Amino acid sequence: MGFNETVYNLIFKRTSTMALACVASAFFFERTFDLVTENLFEKINEGKLWKHIKDKYQQ
Amino acid sequence: MAASVGRICRAGLLKSPHVPTINQFSSLSTTREWTKGRKALLGTIGMLAGGAGALLLALDRSVRASDLELHPPKHVWSHSGMFSSLDHASVRRGYEVYKQVCAACHSMRFIAYRNLVGVTHTEEEAKAEAEEQMVLDGPNEQGEMFKRPGKLSDYFPSPYPNEEAARAANNGAYPPDLSYIVSARHGGEDYIFALLTGYCDAPAGVVLREGQYFNPYFPGGAISMAQALYNEAMEYTDGTPATASQLAKDISTFLKWTAEPEHDDRKKMLMKAIGIFSFLMAITYYIKRMKFSTLKTRKIEFRPKEK
Ligand code: HEC
Repeated sequence: MGFNETVYNLIFKRTSTMALACVASAFFFERTFDLVTENLFEKINEGKLWKHIKDKYQQ
Repeated sequence: MAASVGRICRAGLLKSPHVPTINQFSSLSTTREWTKGRKALLGTIGMLAGGAGALLLALDRSVRASDLELHPPKHVWSHSGMFSSLDHASVRRGYEVYKQVCAACHSMRFIAYRNLVGVTHTEEEAKAEAEEQMVLDGPNEQGEMFKRPGKLSDYFPSPYPNEEAARAANNGAYPPDLSYIVSARHGGEDYIFALLTGYCDAPAGVVLREGQYFNPYFPGGAISMAQALYNEAMEYTDGTPATASQLAKDISTFLKWTAEPEHDDRKKMLMKAIGIFSFLMAITYYIKRMKFSTLKTRKIEFRPKEK
């Protein structure tokens, strides 16, 4: 059984598993996407955000 | 329906539309019959009219001598880029400038001490800032108003109790609230910077009334605010040399933040939106191609009914 077939039989065939797969993938996608963009934003603005300077004012 | 459309258009509906070529177009032109002289004359007139229009536009753009006002030059701020956040160290210094210089005349009614937390100050620092001044609160059980030290939830104190008092203290001119001033003026933070550093002697012919100063960036030139920023006008707690331009830059950045507190989040959202929407665009394009592939590879054949 090929990969596509396995995926089809296990997930896409039934509505219940399909819906579950949508929710689960949305969760993981959003987490990684947010992490990536946030890191990128912090890299672009290295040294300018509060996050980068707050150590100077906190013990 | 289909039959009547077919009768009107005949087979034309199915054929690719007939597009005339350039050669065919030029044979339709009415200018073919013109003499050489007429063509040259009309061509020259057209060119002159177009050139004159362009010249007028260019002159209007470059001179703008009608208004007595200098437009602020554009500066490259560290937050100018599409994804560039505010420089929070600068915002923090700008708060110091506001507190020590501008707050003597200008209110900032829409910013509370809690807004500073996590932007320019830690929670303890913001609390200490708030406690420095006494706030009118009440009434208590006796029905009396009383003073108490400020809390995080308090808004910045105003130097004057009302607009009339502010006018009376400033030769009739009202120092505007600075919370949203960057959004409220053309040129934004460039204007604030130019205004604060742009004071100079009034040129001959400009009459200033009592309590007025000359500033070419202020519409009309005569402003009722004296120059507020000088070299070493104050000291920064982080040790940055307090030149007049440094003070002006920091206060402008601070005012940019007060006017657009969502500035950084907005730029981060832009980044996320570009990412998500390019992904969705790619999917949409793929699905469109897929759905259309069956239609586009279909062959339509016309077979007249055999008699
Ligand atoms: C001595 C009191 C005083 C101080 C200190 C002061 N201002 Fe002003 N400011 C005024 C007055 C009065 C006006 C109104 C001027 C007018 O309308 O002619 C004004 C107007 C302004 C304006 C509006 C100009 C416009 O386009 O309408 C801005 C912006 C401004 N001040 C910024 C600042 C900043 C930033 C500081 C601190 C560095 C500051 N001011 C310090 C009194 C003051």
